Amino acid sequence: MRSDLLAQLNEARRERRAAVLVTAMDGGAQRLVTPATLSSDPLADQIDAALRSGKSGLVEQEGASFFLTVQVPPVRIVVIGAVHISQALAPMAKLAGFDLVIVDPRTAFATPERFPDVPVIADWPETVLPPMKIDRYTAMACFTHDPKIDDIALEQALRAECFYIGALGSRKTHGKRLERLQAKGFTTADTDRIRAPIGLDIGAVTPAEIAVSVLGEIILALRKKALRVEVQK
Amino acid sequence: MLASDDDILGQAEVWAKQGRGVALATVVETWGSAPRPVGSHLAIDADGHFLGSVSGGCVEGEVVTEAMDVIADGKPRVLEFGVADETAWRAGLSCGGRIRVYVERID
Repeated sequence: MRSDLLAQLNEARRERRAAVLVTAMDGGAQRLVTPATLSSDPLADQIDAALRSGKSGLVEQEGASFFLTVQVPPVRIVVIGAVHISQALAPMAKLAGFDLVIVDPRTAFATPERFPDVPVIADWPETVLPPMKIDRYTAMACFTHDPKIDDIALEQALRAECFYIGALGSRKTHGKRLERLQAKGFTTADTDRIRAPIGLDIGAVTPAEIAVSVLGEIILALRKKALRVEVQK
Repeated sequence: MLASDDDILGQAEVWAKQGRGVALATVVETWGSAPRPVGSHLAIDADGHFLGSVSGGCVEGEVVTEAMDVIADGKPRVLEFGVADETAWRAGLSCGGRIRVYVERID
């Protein structure tokens, strides 16, 4: 592999951009394909499918074999609410290999003492999320059940087509939340993408158990089903 | 912590920038219960240091040995491992799977 292609591949990963390295198995010729250059590539269809699945693999074209090294951004979890569940979820997510960041404007909650080794941003989601560029490789879990904090985050997560969107709250709380979102123009198909009540139904009681159920639900959305944006297409 | 594929490609770049000879091994095909998925990487430097895995330990030694030749002559190679392989007694997959590994030099 040319070192400049390796550098470009690594740069794309650092900047959360998708990229595919195409290697001709016969001869070893290589090129890097990005979503921007995809349409003009001779293997456009196969590369497009590989980007969607996120999986590397061999493809054939006219008797020639090519290996696609597929690189899609690492999944990260954005947690709204520096609450008890988040304290349990943060180390679990780290163990499972996910990047996690916590956002909560309430400075009494969002302290480094409560969250060692986790980035905690003590500011409003409307300020924090746009520069963070949440995307379809982002999971969003809202735990404050305060509309002033959660709603904006949910709206941005829906628009960014986050592959997982979950919100804590009773069915009644969620019903009101849906009314507010629909009043803002979101359709039922949009709001159906919000997992609520949040987490897999494993009978979780304690904050740590709820964190397990949420992490399990995030992994389910990531591994078992196609990313949300693919389902719609 | 386990080395992720990110660390491996990043390390390969760092090694290459340091002027070391570097090879990258990639699992390109698997059959049966292969231990590491397609796309898994192993980065190897000319001194035999390596990071990552293509098989969870079964055939890494053989891949590192082949990588030395790849670093020396720059020609990519495709290696195949499996229980049916004649080298199974020294580099086989005890799980019964088969894998194909592409080894290339970073130039």
